This record gives sequence, C-alpha cells and structure tokens, in this order.
Amino acid sequence: MSLDLVRATFFEECDECLAAAEEALAGLRDGAGDTSDLVNRVFRAVHSIKGGAGAFGYDALVHFAHRFETALDRLRDGRAEASDAAMALMQRSRDVLDDHVRAARTGDVAPVAPEIESALDQMADGVVPTDTQAPGPGPGQEAAAGRTVRVVPSPAALQNGGEPLYLLRELVRMGCGPVRLDTSELPPLADLDPAGAYLSWDLCMPAGLDESAVREVFEFSGDEIAVRFVAPPPPPSAPHPEPVTMPQPAVEHSAGAKPQPQPQPQLLPDAPPEPAHGAEIVPLRRGPEPAAAPAGAATAQSQRVVRVDLNRVDRVVNLVGELVINQAMLAQRLDVTSDDVAEAMVSLDQLTRELQDAVMAMRAQPIRTVFERVPRLVRELETETGKRVSLEVSGEATEVDKTVVERIGEPITHIIRNAVDHGLEPPDDRIKAGKPATGIIRLCAEHRGGRILITVSDDGRGLDRARILAKAVERGIVSPDANLSDEEIEQLIFAPGFSTASAVSNISGRGVGMDVVRQSVQALGGRVLVSSRPGHGTSISLILPLTLAIMDGMVVAVGQSTYVIPVNAIFEIIKPAPHQLCPVSSGGMMLDVRRDRDDAHPGQRSNERASRAGQRYVPIVQVAGALGVPDGIRTPEEGVLVIVESQRVGRAALLVDEVRDQRQIVIKSLETNFASVAGVAGATIMGDGSVGLILDVEALIASVTAASAAPVPLRREAIG
Amino acid sequence: MQQDYSGQQLIVFRVAGRDLALDLMAVREIRASTPATPLPHVPSHVRGVINLRGAVLPVIDLSERLGWGAAGDNARQVIIVVQIAGRLQGLIVESVSDIVRPDSAELQPVPDVAAGEAGAFLEGILAVDDRMVLVLSLAQLAVELPQQLAA
Repeated sequence: MSLDLVRATFFEECDECLAAAEEALAGLRDGAGDTSDLVNRVFRAVHSIKGGAGAFGYDALVHFAHRFETALDRLRDGRAEASDAAMALMQRSRDVLDDHVRAARTGDVAPVAPEIESALDQMADGVVPTDTQAPGPGPGQEAAAGRTVRVVPSPAALQNGGEPLYLLRELVRMGCGPVRLDTSELPPLADLDPAGAYLSWDLCMPAGLDESAVREVFEFSGDEIAVRFVAPPPPPSAPHPEPVTMPQPAVEHSAGAKPQPQPQPQLLPDAPPEPAHGAEIVPLRRGPEPAAAPAGAATAQSQRVVRVDLNRVDRVVNLVGELVINQAMLAQRLDVTSDDVAEAMVSLDQLTRELQDAVMAMRAQPIRTVFERVPRLVRELETETGKRVSLEVSGEATEVDKTVVERIGEPITHIIRNAVDHGLEPPDDRIKAGKPATGIIRLCAEHRGGRILITVSDDGRGLDRARILAKAVERGIVSPDANLSDEEIEQLIFAPGFSTASAVSNISGRGVGMDVVRQSVQALGGRVLVSSRPGHGTSISLILPLTLAIMDGMVVAVGQSTYVIPVNAIFEIIKPAPHQLCPVSSGGMMLDVRRDRDDAHPGQRSNERASRAGQRYVPIVQVAGALGVPDGIRTPEEGVLVIVESQRVGRAALLVDEVRDQRQIVIKSLETNFASVAGVAGATIMGDGSVGLILDVEALIASVTAASAAPVPLRREAIG
Repeated sequence: MQQDYSGQQLIVFRVAGRDLALDLMAVREIRASTPATPLPHVPSHVRGVINLRGAVLPVIDLSERLGWGAAGDNARQVIIVVQIAGRLQGLIVESVSDIVRPDSAELQPVPDVAAGEAGAFLEGILAVDDRMVLVLSLAQLAVELPQQLAA
C-alpha cells in the first residue's frame, strides 16, 4: 500500500471523525442525549485525528488536537463544567480543527487561532470560559429564564393514540407558562385534513428548568413531536411581567396570517415571552440525564458499509448500461413468433431493468454529506453578519446521485449565504417587526414525484421587489417602462450580472450568484424556483432528476444520420403546412404557431393555443445546415419541425427529416475521450450499436435567437 | 525529447504506403474498422466516433492527419486503439504488420527535408528487416488535437 493511499484513507477518516464530532456537539447543544457520552464521542473523534496526524507529522494539527483533547478530557471527567460557554468553545474548536485538517490536506499554512487556543488551555487549567463573542445558543445559565420551548406535534403524534395535550399539561405543571398557540399553519376549513396536525405551542420555561427535563417529558414520543428551544431575544424595555397564578397559564392566540401552500415558516409576531416568577413555581426535579440517546441511536444503527473504489462502481454501471443496450438490440433483431421466446424476452427485459435500478442505486448517496457542511457555514455567517440564525435541517437521508452530491454543494452554499446576508434581518429589526430575534433557515430534501426536491427557506424579509426592479433597470437588464408581473420581477434575480447588494460584500453580492446557481442546476438537468412573501420570508426550491445518466430521448433522422433530442426540451412536434411558414429576408424562416395546419386563417381555437405558447413566430433551425449533414432536408415543408424551448434562450423549431422513436437512452460523454463539440451535448449507443449524437438544444436555439447575420459560435453544455 | 526505446516494443503498421511504428504500451487493442458517426464542426481528419464496447471512441484518419491525403472509407481498414494522456483514440490505418524490439542506437532523427508536414509527429527513423520505419510520437498527437477544436 503506497503512502499516498494510506494518507488518503487518513483524511477520509478525519472527515468522518469531524462529522461525528459535529453531530455529538449538536446533540450537546440541543440537550438530546447523555452529556458524558456525547462529550466522550467528541473526545474519541479528536483523539483519532490526533493519532493519525502524528503518524504523518502534521505538527500544527497535532498540537491543536492535543489542546482540544485535553480540554475535552476535563469535560468528560467533570473537572470542567459543561456550560453553554464551554460548549460554544468546543464548537469553535471543532471548526478550527476542521481548518487544520484542511490545511494539512492541501499543504496550506495551518490556521492560527490564539484566542481559542488560550481558551482551551485555560479550560484545561480549570478556568471557566466566558463566552464573549460567540453568537451561540444563549450566553450562560443565568439567562435560562425567559427561554422558550416550542412544541410542534406532527400528524404521527396523534395517530398512535398519543395525546400531546397531556404532555403540554405536564410542562405547565413543571412551571412552564404562559403558553402561546400558533395557528399560522392552519389551512382554510375546506383544505383541512382532520387527521392532520397544524398547531404548535410555545411555552416559556421558568428559570432553573433544565432542557433535559423538558425533553424527558417527550421521551416516548420520539420524532413525532418536535421540541425546540429558542433563546430569548435581548431584553428590551420589556413590559413588567405580570405575576403568574399557577396552574392556569394564560393561553393567547396568535392570529396566524393567511395560510400558505409554500413552506413559509411564520413565527409569532408577539411580545417577547415573560419570565414567570420563580417563587411561585413548584420546585422542579432536575432529573437524571435520559439514558437513551436519540442522537446515538441514529449512528448506532450502523449500516454495514464497504469502501469501494469509485472507478469499480462506474465500471459496473457502464457494463450494465451495455447489457441494457445489447438486450434491446437482441429484442429488435429477434423475430419473435413463438410464445416461449416472447415470454423469455419479457423476463430478460424485466431482469435487466431491475439490475439497472439496483446498479444506479449504488451510485446514490444520502445528501447528508452536503448538508453536513451547512451548520458550520451558518455559524460563520452568524459571526460575519452579527445576525442570529437557527438552522433546521431535514431529509438528510434522501438519496441522490453521486454527481448531484458533488455539484449541488456550491449552489446550496450560495443560496444560504444569500438567505442570511439579504433575507434575514438584523435582530433589532426582527424584534421591531415582531419576530423572534433569531432567524430561521430551513433546509430540507425529499423525493417527490420521481424527482428530488431541495428547499431552502427563511423567515426573513422576503424579496424586495421594488429594489430588484430598480436594480434591474439600473443594470440595463430591463427597460424602465417594462410592465412586469410580480413573478417576473422575482425571476430577475437570476439574470446575469444582477445583485442588489449596494456594497459588494465578501459573502455574496458579486452579482454572479443566482445566475450561476441556476446554470449549475440546469446542467444537472434541474430547475430553480423561487417564491417569497414580503416581510415573511423567501423559499428557494431546487428540483433535480433522480438519475443523470439516463434520459428520455426523441430519436430523429437528419439525412443518413440519427440524432437524439432530449424530450424534456421538446414543446411540440408538427408537420408544417405552407401557410404556417413565413420567410424572413436573411434567408431564414419563421414558423407561425398561431395558425393550425387546417386553418388558413388564425381562428378562435388556435388563438387559445397560441396564448399558452407565448411568442407567435418561432425561428426555424435547419439542423442539417447547422451540423453539416449533406443530405438532410432543408425545406421545412418536406420535413418535420420539432419545437424546442429552453428557459434561458427561448424557443426554436428544429427541422429534421423525420421523427423515429422515443426511448430511454444512456448518456455518454464526448469529453471523456475527445473534447466538447459545438452543437452536440453528448452521445449514446443506438439500438444497432452505432453512436448517436445528442443535440445541444440550447446552442441550436441560441444560434438563431442571437439575431446576427454571422453564425454564432455554438456553446456547449455538458451532461453527466 | 526522444523517448528511449531500448528494450521496448513497437508495433509496426502501414499508412498511405509507408511503414510507421508506435510504442506498444500505448496500444489498447486493434479492431476491424466500423463506420463512424460523423461529428459536426471538427477537422476533417476526425472521421467521427464509434462504439467501443459502450465507450464513445473518436477515430482519426492518420493518413490525413499526417498530411498524406485522406485514406477514405475502406472496409479493410484497421483501427488501432491507443491511450494518450488518459484518453482513448482510434487511429485508422491500412494494416498492421508486426511487433519489433528495436535497439535504441538504431533510432535516427528524421531530416526536416524528408519529413514535411508529418515531421512534427515523428520521433525518428528505424530500420526493420531492411524497411525504413517511421516512429510516431504519441505525445505530439495528443497535444495537437484539443487545440484544433478551439480554433
């Protein structure tokens, strides 16, 4: 085994250790699980990294890991107190350790963090760390009073015969109150599902009530009821708290706004929670830490995993792809007359499809690896912007293709940066707007309708349409008198060169962001959607296909050659009649979509069609000419027009000889062994074993919509 | 920049009536010619792409590339699949003759006058069984190709 291989393995293990430490620290922060067990986990992770680093001589890393480890050691044997400040220090130390590992990996200069190192040393010496700069979860124990616990039962909570009401009463009995009901998720009666759960409650925790005690109450409901702790906003000139008479807390309704179909988190626009008087609270038991650790359970549910060289997996994927093609070829050539043979072929077909699904699943990875990096990003953003952010992540186990995992990280990072930088308001503004000082960012992934849906939503100020429009006019992206709908204005954020940051900040605002995000997502075969409610927040959704290597293709003939057009780019296929064709002076032709084949004049019916279709005249691209196919049809009346469209460059009608067939094809890249070719997006193996070229639809459309006499150099967009 | 060929094996093949040789280690396989799917907007010596057990392989008309005229489409042609800089390419040749193990002392540089356009691709001249064999430089072949497309 070469040293490089061992080193690579070491770094992979470092990544795993860092992720395990992050998870354990998150558990400590949320109070979920046995504190000493979690601290031990962090210790073991750091210890592993230190050991390996020593073997490779990464001195800076070793020294920092040693300091970190020593401080953790104090924590785990109780000589140092696991205060919130200590936890914040551990969190920041983990981030610095992450930087050290990265520096060791790339050979860069190791990071210097003198204040953290000295804080760790002090902790090792028994000095209690004071948290001066971290915008972490509430400074110190003293401010435990005034904290709020948010209880959100899911529909499952009511289905097992459970009754969240009893649990809420127990909380009240333990001293929580007043209670506020949040009805903002409640839909209109017509849409109401009687078995659904739309209500959530916020209860103020009294001073001295431990988070772990609250969690213990919900121990048996597991995931069905989400319990979250919200730190209090910085105390403004709060109204004098009125004395609470136990045990009848006031229940106030918060009038939720009109319910949204979109996942818009609406938090309470109410006054900050009023801390209850300590004297009147029934003395609480500070129970022992709950034995079962939910965080532990997730990882202890250890799947048996094998590390496989990715090239080997890809080889199997390719071979299975070949098998599918060969099986298709066989089916084509075999003269199936007997029932036995037909049955056998059907069987074979089913088996190959199953095999293909299974093999594709090998390339699938949970999106967790991408989401894991987000908490740290959010922490850094909090420090940089001074805003407070609570991150909620769900659907980490959603499986996506390996390529998506590799390429979706950048877009997600940028969207989250935008959300914190532009979307969320500073704490003071939020309080003035009646929101909690801590903003919420929700990141979730799910499978929906055969696609992957990744959503990033925030409860910030929403898109400022007036400002967006003003900036777009200023940049010359739209004309001043253009009349745009709200959605169209929102779409402007995707225009190249657009940015509403008045000062180009370090984080975002270079004006390349959303445009690049959309391109990256489209390169993966997906779409980006944005929706926003001013004052309430913004939600950005990425919709991605499940597998990238297979696509629905329309096989067409141009001359002697066959080409493939991606079906998802096709709007319509028509055989044009002469009156639908309109010549243009430069020798090109336009297709009048508003006229039907049979109507010589536009009628009512075709007007309807056209109003859906958008533009009336669509330019015609002679594919034979664009690709240099000598014997292809060049007059539209003799061929077939495939109307294709692209979000970015519009619509065109591709002239081909004939349309043959629609089938699923395996995408092969030309760049692997060759280079990119203008007009061609990729290749595939056809049923007869020859290579078919996949047309680069966008480039072909752009070649005629760019509206210049000289041929526009065709750009390429690679697939897979 | 001459590669040391002593102890290595070369494969000898025929292109446009001349004998050429290649480092055997770069050769992945030899197969019969199949019709290629033409690619748009590529130089004329790039005949197109073929299916090599599922991989999309570009095939180059070597004769045309070396400036000796297009070899045309001929069913009796042979494709030598070579690996250059991690990429596979197919070279269309007339026939493959044998494999030799030359003595590096025998390798003679190609005089400019004699080489012509092909000179850039040739490493030297070798004598094999009283035939003059031109030794091809794969590195040069690889370098030229991507640049052509950017033009």
